[in-house]
Amino acid sequence: MLKRNRRTLGETLFDRFNVLGMLIICFLTLYPVWYVLINSLNDGKDAMSGGNIYWIPRMFSIENYTAVFENAGIMTAMGITVAKTLVGTVLHVFFTAMVAYAFSRRELIGRNVYMMIGTITMFFGGGLIPTYMWYRDLGLLNDFFVYIWPALFSFFDLIIFLAFFREIPDGLEEAAKIDGANDFKIFYSVVLPVSMPVVATIALFHGVYQWNDYFTAVIFTTDEALQPIQTFLYKVIAQSSSTQIIGNMSGGAITRRVTGQSIKMATMVITTLPIVLAYPFLQRYFVKGLMIGSLKG
Amino acid sequence: MSANLSAEASAQAAPAPKKNRKLLVRLANQKYLQAMALLGIAWMIIFNYIPMYGIMLAFKEYIGIGDPANAPWAGWTHFQAIWEDEQMLDVVKNTLGISFLKLVIGFPIPIVFALFLNELRSLKFNRIVQTISYLPHFLSWVILGGILITFLSDVGIVNDILMALHLIDEPITYLAEPEYFWTIAVGSDIWKEFGWNAIIYIAAIASISPELYEAATIDGAGRFQKMRFVTLPSIRGTISILFILSVGALLNSNFDQIMVLKNQVNETTSQVIDTYVYQVGISQGRFSYSTAVGLVKSVIALILLLFANSVTKRLNQSSLF
Repeated sequence: MLKRNRRTLGETLFDRFNVLGMLIICFLTLYPVWYVLINSLNDGKDAMSGGNIYWIPRMFSIENYTAVFENAGIMTAMGITVAKTLVGTVLHVFFTAMVAYAFSRRELIGRNVYMMIGTITMFFGGGLIPTYMWYRDLGLLNDFFVYIWPALFSFFDLIIFLAFFREIPDGLEEAAKIDGANDFKIFYSVVLPVSMPVVATIALFHGVYQWNDYFTAVIFTTDEALQPIQTFLYKVIAQSSSTQIIGNMSGGAITRRVTGQSIKMATMVITTLPIVLAYPFLQRYFVKGLMIGSLKG
Repeated sequence: MSANLSAEASAQAAPAPKKNRKLLVRLANQKYLQAMALLGIAWMIIFNYIPMYGIMLAFKEYIGIGDPANAPWAGWTHFQAIWEDEQMLDVVKNTLGISFLKLVIGFPIPIVFALFLNELRSLKFNRIVQTISYLPHFLSWVILGGILITFLSDVGIVNDILMALHLIDEPITYLAEPEYFWTIAVGSDIWKEFGWNAIIYIAAIASISPELYEAATIDGAGRFQKMRFVTLPSIRGTISILFILSVGALLNSNFDQIMVLKNQVNETTSQVIDTYVYQVGISQGRFSYSTAVGLVKSVIALILLLFANSVTKRLNQSSLF
């Protein structure tokens, strides 16, 4: 690009306003998250009685966090979330990649029909009630695996994998074939290891989905021992049942300086923290992954 | 490849009529590949196609016990009931209203954001703004809902600001007033997704050849002219495809979001088709009726998608299919 040395007044003004606008956008995006963080680090009773806290904690305290970690209900829910995210993501990535690899091979008999079967699923589905009835018949209601099996595969993710697998040079697979490896072995010992960028992309996307999904549990489970942390929070937030948070607490809330609201804030921070920590990794991969899927596919 | 070779070799040995045999040999040679593909097909049958078959519930009188296939037929009565359902008018109005506003206001914002981001001179600042802008996409609606409910409550920060500016005299509990719901739903959705939705445009802009800009500079084009005559036309194809997809999703009014923000007080403006199906179907147990509502929705959504596809195809030759 040519570097221009002279700028007109109009251009300079435009630049200034553009930067200013962007700074405002950044502030509007970050502030709500900051607000939750400072309120979670403030004494609960003080936050309730002393007016809103805008910039920094007024009465610094980590008691909200200790209260969260002592709450058995919250800890169980956290465990469910971690379990479903780990198990769900590993299985989703492996299974979807495996099917995608088979679909990517030109000699696969029936390939066009298979692709058609998959494409239809992207535009039409059975809807909530038939799905609910079918899961009931399958015995998936109130079962941990309702988080796993229905999320095992995604045709959309398959397309992203497909675009990546097509770029792998044939030579790699040929060599393994000559060594007598079967197609499944080629998939997991040759293709998968060289596909780490796309595997990471899909894993991170699906991990975020599993972590954030609260609705599967709302619809398909009634057993509270199975509810993930997001569902727990949903019940506290949307149905404003802060009694659930306080009621579960050992030692009783009255003697302590926490409130339903302050514990909610701390739980929100703990729930969001893993996403924020994974963010630098997410960042690195998802733009690349999205491009593979949208531009080439 | 070697599988193909051996298949061809055996085919040459066999006479022409034995085509079936040749196919069988090829299948046998790719049995692992077929098994891998068919596992995927089996999953799709179980989790996509069998629920589609369950749509017949909409034409039956099913009360939730036993095999739906054995329930008595109801014909079109559930579809007639949709017409007579008094709540349906509000539900459809809210679904279309919220989605339409999200489309009209929310669709151009990422494009404008990407265009202006592209004009930033510092690449580092550009990166930082981008990174911050798509952070909310990764937060769940439960968390954002919790933040919104806190901010918009009668003692929340929004009331603090508006009272301090003397724009209002009394604090307002925004989520308890039906008149504010559409604004809240549309605004918060845009806030969450504008940065994320801009990524695809940012990438499309990045792939425009710098020579085009140089040529425009030589021709004396200013900044806005370059935006208007180089950048925008270059990403027209991307805009079309995303527009088709958005129109196809008009009736999907973001379940996750509405469920968090909806409450009994604002229900007249917050109940949308998806939440209504959930409420009537799963909470009230009217399975057949809610399946019918869901089916009408899917069919209209499909028609909208095909319609948008054909319109953009005619306008500028880029389309989904």
